[in-house]
Amino acid sequence: MANNPGTAAPFEEAGSRETTEGRVFTVTGGDWGEVVDAVAQADDERIIVNMGPQHPSTHGVLRLILEIDGETVTEARCGIGYLHTGIEKNMEFRSWVQGTTFVTRMDYLTPLFNETAYCLAVEKLLGITEQVPDRATVIRVMMMELNRITSHLVALATGGMEIGSTTLMIYGFRDRELILDIFELVTGLRMNHAYVRPGGLAQDLPPGAVDQIREAVKLFRSRMHEYDKLATGNPIFKARLVDVGFLDLAGCLALGATGPILRATGLPQDLRKTDPYCGYENYEFDVAVADTADSYGRFLIRLEEMRQSLRIVEQCLDRLAPGPVMVGDKKIAWPAQLAVGPDGMGNSLDHIREIMGTSMEALIHHFKLVTEGFRVPVGQAYTAVESPKGELGVHVVSDGGTRPYRVHFRDPSFTNLQSMAAMCEGGQVADVIVAVAGIDPVMGGVDR
Amino acid sequence: MGIEEKLPSGFLLTTVESAAGWVRKSSLFPATFGLACCAIEMMTTGAGRYDLARFGMEVFRASPRQSDLMIVAGRVSQKMAPVLRQVYDQMANPKWVISMGVCASSGGMFNNYAIVQGVDHIVPVDIYLPGCPPRPEMLLDAIIKLHEKIQAEPLGVNKLRAQELAEELALDATPTSEMRGLLR
Repeated sequence: MANNPGTAAPFEEAGSRETTEGRVFTVTGGDWGEVVDAVAQADDERIIVNMGPQHPSTHGVLRLILEIDGETVTEARCGIGYLHTGIEKNMEFRSWVQGTTFVTRMDYLTPLFNETAYCLAVEKLLGITEQVPDRATVIRVMMMELNRITSHLVALATGGMEIGSTTLMIYGFRDRELILDIFELVTGLRMNHAYVRPGGLAQDLPPGAVDQIREAVKLFRSRMHEYDKLATGNPIFKARLVDVGFLDLAGCLALGATGPILRATGLPQDLRKTDPYCGYENYEFDVAVADTADSYGRFLIRLEEMRQSLRIVEQCLDRLAPGPVMVGDKKIAWPAQLAVGPDGMGNSLDHIREIMGTSMEALIHHFKLVTEGFRVPVGQAYTAVESPKGELGVHVVSDGGTRPYRVHFRDPSFTNLQSMAAMCEGGQVADVIVAVAGIDPVMGGVDR
Repeated sequence: MGIEEKLPSGFLLTTVESAAGWVRKSSLFPATFGLACCAIEMMTTGAGRYDLARFGMEVFRASPRQSDLMIVAGRVSQKMAPVLRQVYDQMANPKWVISMGVCASSGGMFNNYAIVQGVDHIVPVDIYLPGCPPRPEMLLDAIIKLHEKIQAEPLGVNKLRAQELAEELALDATPTSEMRGLLR
């Protein structure tokens, strides 16, 4: 390859153009040597690097624009929007129930939190918060806490993978499978469940689920110490994480950071305690905090939160009492119970027989509710839940129709991501990876 | 394009074809092109339980220059489309594309302003894998089917012949606009 800056056209392969900011190279392939030569001729070491959107260490399609001086990051900015899906807009053209199908795909690592937050908001607008059956609420809490574990496991796994600890990744995904098996048993899907519906749940726990969850909790608890053995005291792991991605309490409050980032500064801010929903005030658990305000503290908090989630799941299992999992109001509840038919999952055959053979009113009701959906009174509501990443808020506006007028999500990944610059500037390039992994942004939630 | 493309038609070419196909399919290096939910399932496929290493392809290459398979895992937004095409262009031939999940295959449930309605608008796709997201077993199945396709891939004059045949068949096929009576 031509790598001699002395020839007439040294930048033949790397297209370059003059701008007011200086010469800009467009690197397309095989010409890295020439760019390095050209930079070497410049009078400073300042270089702007685009990291991502296709990069293995940026948690999906995050684009980091780094101005680096040697190895030091002098300025860091985020480029987002590479996964913008138009979910909020799409929801304005679907019924209220169909909304859960969309929200579950936003932050795809915390589907049950998205669904529950959305459904809590819709229930608030409908004024049926009190009528949601206890069993449904307990199952919601249980599924959310299991989901918190899977989300944190992926955060640890991908975070470990990005700093070269492949074992941590294999461990994380191995244990995540345990819980995904439960999700599959209960909701029918490994991800993107659409299990929580306005008014309750799509279906009750299947037979054997409680035993399987107990087994999984026991097995997972016995494996928790492996993470401690592998990572917590590991000098290499600590060398990468300690004092990296520092953001103190004032910074967190100024930037609106929540979740493990905020709790790593020592403030025990957790909506489950400070503003309980779904009956969290009746569960015994501790809010994990650290006082290091760095990536290592966030890592420790995630580990501790998984332990606390296991505690809550066990309390949920003890509390499960038989009963309905959907509000009694037939104007809201789905008319048919889901059942396993000859073609997999579907409406129960008894119900089909009834509406097709005996009751025309039931058929009309079923048709109206399924195709058009229920109406929600005019108004707006905001609810927030503590997702694994922080405060997940939902603002729902209804104009009285069968579709939302507007649904907006305050996704914690989005808000937390803006602290990236504060964490990374002045540090090393390699620390950017650790800092971003500590934030644990999921681009599906950031861009929606 | 190497010397294997210049061989004369006949016994030698078919022998080289099967040898090259076997070698190519046995160490397929996927590029990390995770976009959304499917990317998590793709990573799961590479991890312990499903163990993509059994098929010689656990090494997800970070650089497109070192990889020959792009698994487009997730919804492709309009903003991401040029990036995706550039990554595809940076990959060296021969290369293959799996469109993982309905969003990548057809836009899926997101029929709106933001999402490209099928990644085949941007890059040629070898395998369409439905599901939202597809289970790891489904991805493994798609990969094994792709292996079969790679094994049977023709070279040199045989490749040209296959391309001509494919074009003839495509020209003879009934256009979608003239298909009648399929929907009942």
